[in-house]
Amino acid sequence: MSNHDSMNRRGVLGCMAWAGAGLLWTMSGGVPRSLLLSEAAAATSGLSFVQISDTHIGFNKPANPDTAATMNAAVTRIAALSPKPAFLIHTGDITHLSKPEEFDTAAEIIKGAGSEVHYVPGEHDWLDQGQGFRQRHGQGTKGDGWYSFDSSGVHFIALVNVVNFKAGSLTSLGADQIAWLKDDVSGLSASTPIVVFTHIPLWAVYPAWGWATADSAEALASLKRFGSVTVLNGHIHQVLQKVEGNVTFHTAMSTAYPQPAPGAAPSPGPLKVPADKLRAMLGIRQVTYLEGQQPQALVDTPLSA
Amino acid sequence: MAWQRIAPVAAVAAIGAGLLFHLGGGVKAAEIREIDIDNYTFSPGDLTVPPGTTVTWINHDETPHTVVAAGDPHAFRSGGLDTDDKFSFTFTKAGVYQYLCTVHPYMTGKVVVK
Repeated sequence: MSNHDSMNRRGVLGCMAWAGAGLLWTMSGGVPRSLLLSEAAAATSGLSFVQISDTHIGFNKPANPDTAATMNAAVTRIAALSPKPAFLIHTGDITHLSKPEEFDTAAEIIKGAGSEVHYVPGEHDWLDQGQGFRQRHGQGTKGDGWYSFDSSGVHFIALVNVVNFKAGSLTSLGADQIAWLKDDVSGLSASTPIVVFTHIPLWAVYPAWGWATADSAEALASLKRFGSVTVLNGHIHQVLQKVEGNVTFHTAMSTAYPQPAPGAAPSPGPLKVPADKLRAMLGIRQVTYLEGQQPQALVDTPLSA
Repeated sequence: MAWQRIAPVAAVAAIGAGLLFHLGGGVKAAEIREIDIDNYTFSPGDLTVPPGTTVTWINHDETPHTVVAAGDPHAFRSGGLDTDDKFSFTFTKAGVYQYLCTVHPYMTGKVVVK
């Protein structure tokens, strides 16, 4: 928001969001110019979508006895957005225990957003070896549920990193998925903006708590030639950002309960905060590819805003 | 007033039972052992038992965990254990059984049966 000369209606709205949420960054600050939208993408009419994450339907402990209510609050907020987002992405841990009734409740609530939803599973959605998740959200996906699609000139890639677990090690994407990814992007122009979404971070946020993916570097190697790569994930229930060359990584808030900052507690278990503070630590993210030469914007908005 | 008389008797009985259990432990305790899951840690993380022992894992965390034997096929595999849920497995064969929580694979433990 540094260029006040170009303040238009959208800019004003962006600033309002910033004032309300306290968190807004654009891709321009301290980031190579190549991260700005390519001309190809700039020719599109702009794209806005929403990330919702870690709804943990079924969790009912003191950290949040009513996760359906907070998910509903998030969905109500999404439904009120203008312009309407093109679609939602849900970055996993839809449910807390992979129970059919938890999947059903989440599906019922998210209908209220009135938009299509693209899912990736979290490890909490895979406690039944993925049976419930795949039955509901696995249509048209490859392997353990990975897929890609295009929207307004942006290529979206959904990766699954909650299936391959080895004792004492980090989770991984696995060789099959990495090979598929390489093939999936092989025909794309390097100026195509890429959005990767997955559950567990693809950068080493805090490996001691499993907040990393063992073979993420191999996956990201396939994306090196692209000018703009945005990686969105959930899992850690808090907003963190990292820039690494052409790739920006963004973790998202949960709609269920916060978790401690990396290493700030003996374990990553749910963080209990006073009830009146809870919704300030839960939220959603809106991602916008603006028209013209404007940078992409990510706005994280807490439910309390 | 009656309960005030009874209470001390019950307390003595409880202490007596505890002593009996403790004394009996040298002979029978090997049949059932518990492993607690607290703060994303199996405790004890390394347990040695004789064949025939039933080991029960109890999840005390607010986060679900699993107990899955390493290796394929898995010698044992729990579903998702919510808070206070238990999972038991009876070890009939001698061997070293490494296991993990598949939700948090850095959580590992070992049961040695000999």
